[in-house]
Amino acid sequence: MSKVYNLKREVEKPARLTGGHRLCAGCGAGVVVSGVLRALDQEDRAVVVNATSCLEVSTFMYPYTAYMDSYIHSAFENSAATCSGVEAAYKALQRRGQVEGTVKFITFAGDGGTYDIGFQSLSGAMERGHDMVYVCYDNEAYMNTGIQRSSSTPAFARTTTTPVGSAVKGKKQNKKDLTEILVAHNIPYVAQTAPIGNFKDLHTKSHKAIYTEGPCFLNILSPCPRGWDYPMEKLAQITKLAVDTCVWPLYEVEEGVWHLSYRPKKKLAVDEFLRPQGRFSHMFQKGNEWMIEEAQAYVDQKWERLLEHTGA
Amino acid sequence: MKSRLSGNEAVAYALQQLNPDVMGAFPITPSTEIPEYFAQYVADGQVNTEFVTVESEHSSMSVCIAAQAAGARSVCATSSCGLALMYELLYVAASCRLPITLACVNRALTGPININNDHSDSMGARDSGWIQIYAENNQEAYDNIIMAMPIGETPGVRLPVMSCMDGFITSHAVENIELLDSDVVQGFIGEYQPENYLLKKENPLAVGPYDVSAYYMEHKVMQAEAMKAAKNRILEVAADFEKISGRRYGLLEEYRMEDAELALVLIGSTAGTAKAAVDQLRAKGEKAGLVKIRVFRPFPGQELAKVLAGTKAVAIMDKSEGLAGGGGPLFAETRSALYDLPERPYLISIVYGLGGRDVKTDDIETVFSRLAHISSSSQIGPVYTHMGQRSKEETV
Repeated sequence: MSKVYNLKREVEKPARLTGGHRLCAGCGAGVVVSGVLRALDQEDRAVVVNATSCLEVSTFMYPYTAYMDSYIHSAFENSAATCSGVEAAYKALQRRGQVEGTVKFITFAGDGGTYDIGFQSLSGAMERGHDMVYVCYDNEAYMNTGIQRSSSTPAFARTTTTPVGSAVKGKKQNKKDLTEILVAHNIPYVAQTAPIGNFKDLHTKSHKAIYTEGPCFLNILSPCPRGWDYPMEKLAQITKLAVDTCVWPLYEVEEGVWHLSYRPKKKLAVDEFLRPQGRFSHMFQKGNEWMIEEAQAYVDQKWERLLEHTGA
Repeated sequence: MKSRLSGNEAVAYALQQLNPDVMGAFPITPSTEIPEYFAQYVADGQVNTEFVTVESEHSSMSVCIAAQAAGARSVCATSSCGLALMYELLYVAASCRLPITLACVNRALTGPININNDHSDSMGARDSGWIQIYAENNQEAYDNIIMAMPIGETPGVRLPVMSCMDGFITSHAVENIELLDSDVVQGFIGEYQPENYLLKKENPLAVGPYDVSAYYMEHKVMQAEAMKAAKNRILEVAADFEKISGRRYGLLEEYRMEDAELALVLIGSTAGTAKAAVDQLRAKGEKAGLVKIRVFRPFPGQELAKVLAGTKAVAIMDKSEGLAGGGGPLFAETRSALYDLPERPYLISIVYGLGGRDVKTDDIETVFSRLAHISSSSQIGPVYTHMGQRSKEETV
């Protein structure tokens, strides 16, 4: 990617995830997947892998696929192993002279399929060093089955398995820091990004992940209007607020070197991100101010740590 | 070429001759020697295989599914809990119509943990849509795995094949064996030429859809048809195999069944023991015989009914306890297969050999003496018993 990023040029490329899929209006997943696949060089082919997820059931309902590239879904917890199997086949067939051109391997899985049930499969594939990209589209709960909590769900969030009641108010635990766990795998490239602004950050990191040899991991924030409980037209605004409050910082770790990709001009208070979302509405009730304070303290602590890592 | 190999060595050697594109490898007793031997072939550059040393059997089968869908030949080996961990994906492999080859070295399923032989692992997977072929000895284990790809890959079948042998008894015992030349094996299996695959440039492929009610059942019926078609294909491949090896295989093996009145039906290595017992009884003038089930899926029901049509009393010996409350899975299938016979023999279910419990010729003779009693007295007695229980009177 020698040319300077140009959104207009990028969106004029033929879409690899076509319209007509069944994802909800206001869902981040479609934007994320289109954005990542746009980073493929036009002449290159890809095999796209999905974990069982909203994305999978919405983009490949028999007999219609929304993907222009080859695609495989097998189960919920094995998308990384599945991707590594396709990549292994590619290597073997290449040696036999039975496959033409460059083919890239990209997995998409939700946070349930990544942070939880697919975690072992992901860790194994990264450790083995397959030439693949694993993308987690992180919407912070099991949305496909009806908004149950995952280890990616942030503290205090209301889900169907962490309801708000008189004794317990939403999720008790903080979100697992999966991106850091992937950094600890010492793989060539790990990045955290989100579809904001002109998608330059998402595009640049996707291209880097796809064209860096070896296993690469992208964690991409992907808001869910049903689970997060926001009006669908607020997708872009909520995503931007996650980044500007430093709830979801943008950074990358390339060959072990941390780099902060974006520093908000003014770091917004966390309640700006929480307030527009129904899943956090109880935090704004009288007497629950401590929740917002705790949420702010957690974000601040994580942000400071990230600044130390990145030397920013 | 004559050699002396253990069952695991024989299967690993066959896999090297098959030279698959991808192998998923994860250790478990007693199948773990297969990937160990194979790893040396990889280390010595004798195969073109991507040897994927996964972190679980679940990932092993996932790798095989993906690689086969991508256009490669994939293989793996497992036992017991390893097969159980693959369970979800066995169905995926079969429904995606991917002719993967799996070497199953039969071992008891945990509960309680036990590393020795019985058939509870593969019997648990009997309805997953895989073809299942069982070996009596090392030679058969070697031969069966060489026949797996031509069976599974044929367009009318396109199903995965599980090639089973008894843990330790077959996998670890060294026996004389006749090996084929690698060129002959390669000629026998031919090139893998799937119609469509993920890495095909001309025509991108999508595999593993969300299949709604309007289509799901049609897809299951296609699988059912493929399993029916597999029966004939297994026989065709066996006929071709006989040409290169001189060894003949069917869906089942009849041993001294021509005029048998008393018979056993069983699977796997116990057939060797049972044949010796049958010979001893025949020497005494007893009309004893044996039917060894080689192919359990698809189940050779009609063939079995034909073979057993002239018998008077039959013991169906299951090396797995199906916990169905009324006998093992082989018993249920056999009894069902015999339902349409105008005159049916007496049938009893004997569950034996669980968790590696030994079975000797004496044990087999005891079963035959019970069959003789049933036949002469027309009193069947208990239909469902367990062999050699220390806590009970002998009821075999």
